[in-house]
Amino acid sequence: MTDTLSRRTLTRRDLLARSAALGATFVVGAGFVGAHNAAWATEVKHLKPATMATLIQMARDIYPHDRIGDEFYAIAVKGYDAEEAAPAVEAGVAALDAAAQGKGHASYLAVGWERDRVDILRSMEDSAFFQQIRGGLVTGLYNQKAVWPIFGYEGASYEQGGYIDRGFNDINWL
Amino acid sequence: MAAPFDLNDDSVVVVIGTGAGGGVLSNELAQKGVSVVALEAGGRYLPDDYVNDEWESFGQLAWVDPRTTSGDWRVAKDFSGLPAWIVKAVGGATTHWAGASLRFQPHEWKAATTYGPVQGASLLDWPIDAEEMDPWYEKAETKLGVTRTGGREGLPGCNNYLVFEKGAKALGYKDVHTGRMAINADWYDDRMACQQTGFCFQGCKWGAKWSAAYTDIPRGEATGNLEVRERAHVARILHDDGGKVTGVEYFDADGNLQMQKARIVCVAGNSFESPRLLLNSASSMFPDGLANTSGQVGRNYMRHMTGSVYATFDQPVRMWRGTTMAGIIQDEARHDPSRGFVGGYEMETLSLGIPFMAAFLDPGAWGREFTSALDAYENMAGMWLVGEDMPQETNRVTLNHDVKDQWGLPVANVHFDDHPNDVAMRNHAYDRGKAVYEAVGATRTFPTPPYPSTHNLGTNRMSENPRDGVVNRWGQTHDVSNLFVSDGSQFTTGAAENPTLTIVALAIRQADHIAKQMSAGNL
Repeated sequence: MTDTLSRRTLTRRDLLARSAALGATFVVGAGFVGAHNAAWATEVKHLKPATMATLIQMARDIYPHDRIGDEFYAIAVKGYDAEEAAPAVEAGVAALDAAAQGKGHASYLAVGWERDRVDILRSMEDSAFFQQIRGGLVTGLYNQKAVWPIFGYEGASYEQGGYIDRGFNDINWL
Repeated sequence: MAAPFDLNDDSVVVVIGTGAGGGVLSNELAQKGVSVVALEAGGRYLPDDYVNDEWESFGQLAWVDPRTTSGDWRVAKDFSGLPAWIVKAVGGATTHWAGASLRFQPHEWKAATTYGPVQGASLLDWPIDAEEMDPWYEKAETKLGVTRTGGREGLPGCNNYLVFEKGAKALGYKDVHTGRMAINADWYDDRMACQQTGFCFQGCKWGAKWSAAYTDIPRGEATGNLEVRERAHVARILHDDGGKVTGVEYFDADGNLQMQKARIVCVAGNSFESPRLLLNSASSMFPDGLANTSGQVGRNYMRHMTGSVYATFDQPVRMWRGTTMAGIIQDEARHDPSRGFVGGYEMETLSLGIPFMAAFLDPGAWGREFTSALDAYENMAGMWLVGEDMPQETNRVTLNHDVKDQWGLPVANVHFDDHPNDVAMRNHAYDRGKAVYEAVGATRTFPTPPYPSTHNLGTNRMSENPRDGVVNRWGQTHDVSNLFVSDGSQFTTGAAENPTLTIVALAIRQADHIAKQMSAGNL
């Protein structure tokens, strides 16, 4: 490392430093949230970046699929980054952080184990905020065509002529 | 006079709704030379328009106008604004139905007599029986091309069926097959054979499944005797001082209120909209709603005992490949009170795609118990359980004057409490469904709660005595001689079987009756 680091590298170092304080799951910068390896990133306009990062973690904790990347959870909650939705979401995430702090953590994102985050979510699962996020995910996450192959689901088959010649009865272990 | 008909033409029969009841009735009347104006609240969608995508199709076809719910049924909690999963389109729910086409068992026409008194249930015998219905069922099976009837072959079994069949046979079930389905196994009646595409619930893009949308409706129109007005929402049925109906008021596609005169009116808007329309047609002569001097309009709402069992295995099933409802076990459909309940149930394979599985497997659930089930989706098999539920007077459709639809009309509130017989039957069915899959090595099973109702029955029930119901043996209202009910709302009891075949058979029979009575000058 020298003093002549590029602006880009400085930015990255800076962001990594910030994300460490947030639990190191995401890179959180001014106006965006992304993966450490820069595989994906989402811009935020109305929510604080840390709020979006918390939403993404919350989404994964509600519907955890270890083979589904964060980008799909990010897409599922991206709609909350809207002028009308933002105040309620900021308040909801603040309540989530307060619940985490009540259990001795710095924030929801700073909770290390999923089971501890789930305990926090269970304590607020009847809240309108939790139900809004959970309900939205049912379509927001599972109706993304790009996640279907991860479940093995093949979607529409009409264009390929159905399965009459493509394995509708190919089960071989019965 | 040929279609289109004038609003002031009072010689026409007005049919409200174009599904299994109204669509078939409209065509059958048109074939007999009767002039028919069919008013359909939805638009027209044909196989090229159908979408093999669960939510997109739901947005295209489902009836999502506001409704409210109450009662202890879980649907009221999970889907409070969506008590039914039915269709708003030409052809109605025949677009969405799975195609299972089963006759009632003879004893099911006489549930009150067969089962005896059941506390809290308002059981009643139908005023018609199996013998009388036999020829009408045969006509219905011929119309729909039902497999395993009339010499027609059965469909081949898909993966989901093969798992189900193996488990069923391991348990000793005997009456196990790929169903009597209104889905062509071979070319039939200008419709091609099933291509095992899945998405039967989203409208069959091949037209292999019978739907009124592309059979009865265009054939009726081709006679010149049937005019279908799409996006026409009926607001009120009108009557004269003599207590005969004279026409209907409806909102047309542009939102303008129109009045169509009529010689006869037939209501076929499904078990929510049909009673709602009669109740919304209250007048000084019929202060409690049209044809409701009995107080029975809206009562005895039935939705079938339903539930599902999904199971995961250690190897792939890929249940979505092929016919959505691909097979049946009928051994539990018998009446055998030794099981702890009256009536019986059918077990029928069912598959959902990932989007609907996420919504319906265990509504409201979250966390790893739920998501690990979806992670095993590829290894999942599924069945639907459908059995006779008990009619109860307090399970009913009423008007909710606090909630209005887009036309300013009070919406239907649907109240439903499970009867103890329904609960006992569901628990038995969950156990047997689970056993079927465990017999094939299931690693987990999921007793899945009822979806929003697709079988909506009762609410204008048929009765011998005018005191006990809304319509007589012909579906003619006891109170108003030129007003008929032509959909599943006329069901006296629900039986264990999927209702569409019976609705179609009753519509063919009713058309025959109406045409004869018109010729005789009685209507």
